[in-house]
This record gives sequence, structure tokens and C-alpha cells, in this order.
Amino acid sequence: MTANTMKTAKTITDFARKFEELKKSKRKALIPFFTSGYPSLAETERLASIAASAGADFLEIGMPFSDPMADGPAIQFSSHQALSTGLKMKDTFSLVERITNKTELPVALMGYYNPILAKGISRFIKSAKSSGVGGLIIPDLPPEEAVELQESAQEQNMALCFLVAPTTNPKRYSTIAKSSTGFVYAVTVAGVTGARTSFSTSTDTYLRELKSNISKPIIAGFGIANGPTARKMVRHVDGVVVGSAFIELMRNNSRTAARKQVGRLIEEIRKSLDSGNNK
Amino acid sequence: MPTKKASLAMPDTRGRFGDYGGRFVPETVNVALDELTQAFKLAKSDKEFKRRFANLLRDYVGRESPLYFAERFSAQVGAQVYLKREDLNHTGAHKINNCLGQALLAVRMGKKRIIAETGAGQHGLATATVCALFGLECVIYMGAKDVKRQAPNVRKIKFLGAKVIPVTSGAETLKDATNEAMRDWVTNIETTFYIIGSAVGPHPYPMIVREFQSVIGKEARRQMLKRLGKLPDYVVACVGGGSNAIGIMSAFLKDTALKDTSVKLIGVEAGGHGLASGKHSATLTKGKPGVLHGSYSYLLFDNEGQVILPHSISAGLDYPGVGPEHSFLHDAGRVQYRSVTDKQALKAFKTLSITEGIIPALESSHALAYLMTGEEFKSKSTKMLSAKSPVVLLCLSGRGDKDMDIVQSKLEIE
Repeated sequence: MTANTMKTAKTITDFARKFEELKKSKRKALIPFFTSGYPSLAETERLASIAASAGADFLEIGMPFSDPMADGPAIQFSSHQALSTGLKMKDTFSLVERITNKTELPVALMGYYNPILAKGISRFIKSAKSSGVGGLIIPDLPPEEAVELQESAQEQNMALCFLVAPTTNPKRYSTIAKSSTGFVYAVTVAGVTGARTSFSTSTDTYLRELKSNISKPIIAGFGIANGPTARKMVRHVDGVVVGSAFIELMRNNSRTAARKQVGRLIEEIRKSLDSGNNK
Repeated sequence: MPTKKASLAMPDTRGRFGDYGGRFVPETVNVALDELTQAFKLAKSDKEFKRRFANLLRDYVGRESPLYFAERFSAQVGAQVYLKREDLNHTGAHKINNCLGQALLAVRMGKKRIIAETGAGQHGLATATVCALFGLECVIYMGAKDVKRQAPNVRKIKFLGAKVIPVTSGAETLKDATNEAMRDWVTNIETTFYIIGSAVGPHPYPMIVREFQSVIGKEARRQMLKRLGKLPDYVVACVGGGSNAIGIMSAFLKDTALKDTSVKLIGVEAGGHGLASGKHSATLTKGKPGVLHGSYSYLLFDNEGQVILPHSISAGLDYPGVGPEHSFLHDAGRVQYRSVTDKQALKAFKTLSITEGIIPALESSHALAYLMTGEEFKSKSTKMLSAKSPVVLLCLSGRGDKDMDIVQSKLEIE
């Protein structure tokens, strides 16, 4: 291993170390999501740096798919835009490599299962690993169907983050937790991704229930779009993912304006998360 | 070895037909699929459920559907062609069989809201129909392109009190309608039952759809034996997702070991502008195993794993995937999958209309067109029909009323 790959290889250990650090400093994890290649690869890279200095702890990078079944209009739009520029999987890998070299933040890659299958599971995980991806989130792959992927991931020390939903039978919590070697991704709503203004009153109970059943780090995502919601959602868990809100900002503003606003929103959420902790 | 086992014993408890099938879905719907599996299991052994379903098939759909010897068409292809007349069902296609079954399940499960995807509009129409019958709220997702090309069905769906939501993402066809229906389901999982229209999707759907469509094959087998005292030499059906095909073929799978075929089974896919053109929907012929809409099955996708936009003149076949049981039967060699082009389908459409006075759906026209290619019967030097000519059972899955606009515009171009 060269010094360079040593530096960029983010692994389960990096995820675990990061969560240890956060725990010690009583800091909740803030994980911004960006779609690879939207509006351009250079822009995603720039936004990653902005996120890092605005207070992000991890990054989630979306690998576009033609049929993003679990995603709402914003991420659908960004995925189709990115793919229409001819974006390839290898472009996303080099993007992650540049980001991890620059920012030190662990990166989780979000992608649907078919492109991974098409590449070949073992080849995919090796390429992801060598580009610096630390963990994987695959929304259409429940643990029951992931046996082969789990073997490859284990071999490569790649963290897997399975999803749990408000509708999940609590009997499955342990299966999902056991399979998740990075964090457990707690979907906050029955629905697709996308900024929301209101959440069901039962969300809080569900997240508390999860935390009391699962000892691994839990990250809440889907619908979180601003500081106050982030703070509410993070009460019982270890961090939040925010995604569609940034894509909306990029969609509705010029690039320079979007950069500023994305940075500001991340700072706002950071502040909310931190103030929540002090209470 | 999965290949030694008849696929009727499948799927296994994980919903696998050999390697194919399974449940590749967002976590939110997992519990609903468990509930559906359980409800289906109970319903299947419930006499009252079976009685109700059978009565509706008889009194409401008009079953059994006739088996018709198409003599003048037979003379054109050099085989004795028997048409299983699913086109005569209420709402004009086989889709109603499955919709009635699933709607009965929905009622049993206490669901009040139904959603469905549709391509040609036949499944949307059948779903809207059963929702009117049972007093259920109904929302149909349909690609915007299909809304235009299958306008008569859209009007009917609306008359029946259902809401049609045109889907403008992707190619604006069946694949995109299915994505959108899935997203609705994920969002409204507690109140909503998703009636999937073909033998596709996550477990238990392919199994459920096969069960409710198996009436086609059971009747046809009985009718054949009664009429001819023997089984047909061929069973032919068109394959998009593959529900009419699995419905008719399921009755002919179990009495022969998978490799020992006394009845030759042929599924006909949509070859679009031709297989070399890249513009087709011939999933089993040109695809590879992949994951879309909840199951592992043959799929059309590029080197990057991105799903390729399919093409077919027939909206019902314009789909990049196929049911997982067909993938299994394809690998096992029990069913042969072939394809015909848009042009060939159109020619068959005209031929059946003129020779038999039956206007077939463009989907079913693909199955008819395969017989006209002469691929199966070309060893016969003449196409003279005799008692020795091979006997073909063909699933005429639907009628062509909905296709008048498309056919009209194509014929004008020619």
C-alpha cells in the first residue's frame, strides 16, 4: 500500500472512529447528501469542500440510477440530469477520491442495486474501496437479499448501512442492526426522499424505540430540510442526513448563489444540532 | 438442482424461482409484502374466498372463455390454431382475472385505496372496473406517452370513477408508471393496496398473479382435451411482464419434467424495430439478469447498469423487465422465447381481423405474428392444413379496440 492509498482508504474503522469522536465530544453527526455530477462533477466536489468547512461530519454521495424508486422529485431530477451528461460510475469513484483526499470526511455512497450488480459485486466494492468510499447505502437492498454483498464488504472492510423504516416490524430491528456495519439508516417517514414541512407525531416515539433497541449508531434521514427539524429528529439518534433541500437550492439558484445558500443551510443545521445537545 | 424442479413448486419462501425473484424493495414496504403473503396464503385455502372468486369469474367476467378453432387463420400459417379467447372477457383482456383476485384480497385486508400502474391501459381499466365493483378508491399511474396512445382506455378508466395520473418521467411509459406507483405505495403503505398487473414485482406478487391467471391454462387444457382428446403440440403467448403467458403455460408445466417437453411452450417478446436496432422490448432474448421493480430477473440495461428505454408498438409489452418465473423457465429451457417486430405484429393484426373477424390487441398480435413467421412450421413444404398439422393453443390475451388509433396512424404511414 502506498502512502497515498493509506490516506484515502476510509473503512469501517474510519466510520467507527468518527462515531467514537462524535460521541466523546457529544456532537451529533451532520451528513449532507449530494448527487454525484449534479449540476456537474466539479460543482459536487466544490460543494463537498463547502460542506466540510460548514460543519459536516460525513458526506453521502448519490450514485445516479435511471429508476430511483425510493426517491422523490428532487433527487430524481438531479439523477436524471447527471446521467444525461453521460456520467459513469468511474466518474463518481474519481469524484470520491478527490473529495476524500481533500476533506478528510468519511464518505458513504448511496446507490441502487442494479448498477452494482452490473459492475459485479466484488469488483464494485474493490473499486469503491480504492477510491476512498467508506460505506454503502443501498435503498432497494434489504439485508435478506444482501448475503453476497455482505461477504465482499467484509473482505474489503467496507461499512454497510441498512435502512429501517417506521413500518418495520420491531422483530426485524436486530437483523437490520446486525447487518449494518457502519450505521443504521433510520428512514423518518413512510415515503420517498424530499423536503417536508411536517412529520407524523409518532416519528419521535419510533426513533426513541429504535435507539433503545439498537446499540449501533443511528442516522435519521428523509425529509429533513432545516435546523429546527434536524434538531427534533436528532433527539434520540446520532445524526441526520439532509439531501433534497440542497438539491432544491441548486435547482432554483445560480451556481454561486447556490454555493452560498448550501453553506449557510449546513451552518444553520450545525448550529441547531449543537444547541440541541447543550440542552 | 432448481432445473429439475417444476416451477409450480416455486417460489420458495424467499420468493425465488431458482435464482430469480426475491424482494428488492425499500424497507418501508417490506412489512406490507409480509402481510400480503400471509393474506394470500389464508385466502387460498379459504373456501368462501375461492367460491366468491369463482362466481365472479363466471358471472362478472363471463368465464369460461371460449376455445375457438381459427380455421381461416390456420390455413395461413399451416397449423391448427386454437385461440383461447381472453379478448371476450369483461373489459377486453385477461387482466381482469388478476384484478378481481387482488381486489378480493384488498377487501379482505381492509384496504380502501387501490393503486395500479398501466401500459396499454388494459390493467388500469380492469383495476378501475373492480374498484367500482367493490366501492374502492382507485388511482392509476400511466406514462404520459401511453395516455396519448391508448386514449380510449384512459376515457373508460375515468368514466369508471378512477383517477389517472400521467407520469412524465423517463420515457413516459410502463416502467416509469411503475416507479411512480411504487413511490405512491411507499408513501401510503398503511391505507393502500397496490394491484400489480403482471407477473412481476417483489415476492409474493409473481406468485399471486400466476395463481389468479392460472384459470386461463386450466380451462384451456380441459377444453383441448375435451375437443381433441389430446394436448396441443404448442402453447404460444406474448410476453411483456408475462402474466397471460404464465397463466396459460402454468397448466402445461407440471406433467412433464422440465427438459422433457411434450408440449412446446413459446413466449413471444416485442422485437420493436428489430433486435439489432436496440429499440425493442425483448428482455429474455437480449437482456441479462438484473434488479428492477423489486425482483431479480432478466432486464434490459447498459454496461453501467442503467435501465435501457425499451420500445414496442404495443404499450403493454413496452417494458424493460420480465417476470422472474419466465427467467427461470428460460434458463431451464422449458419455454422458448422468441421475438417479432412491430411490423410483423401489425401484419398479424390485419390478418386475424380479415380472416377471422377478430380484431386482436397489438400485444396478442405478437403471438399471432410468430406463427406467421413460419419459424416453427417451415419444414412443411406447403402450408396445406390437414389433421396432421401441428396443434397450436394460442392465448389471445386481449382485443384490439384500444389500438385503433395506433394502427390507423401506422397504416397511413405505410
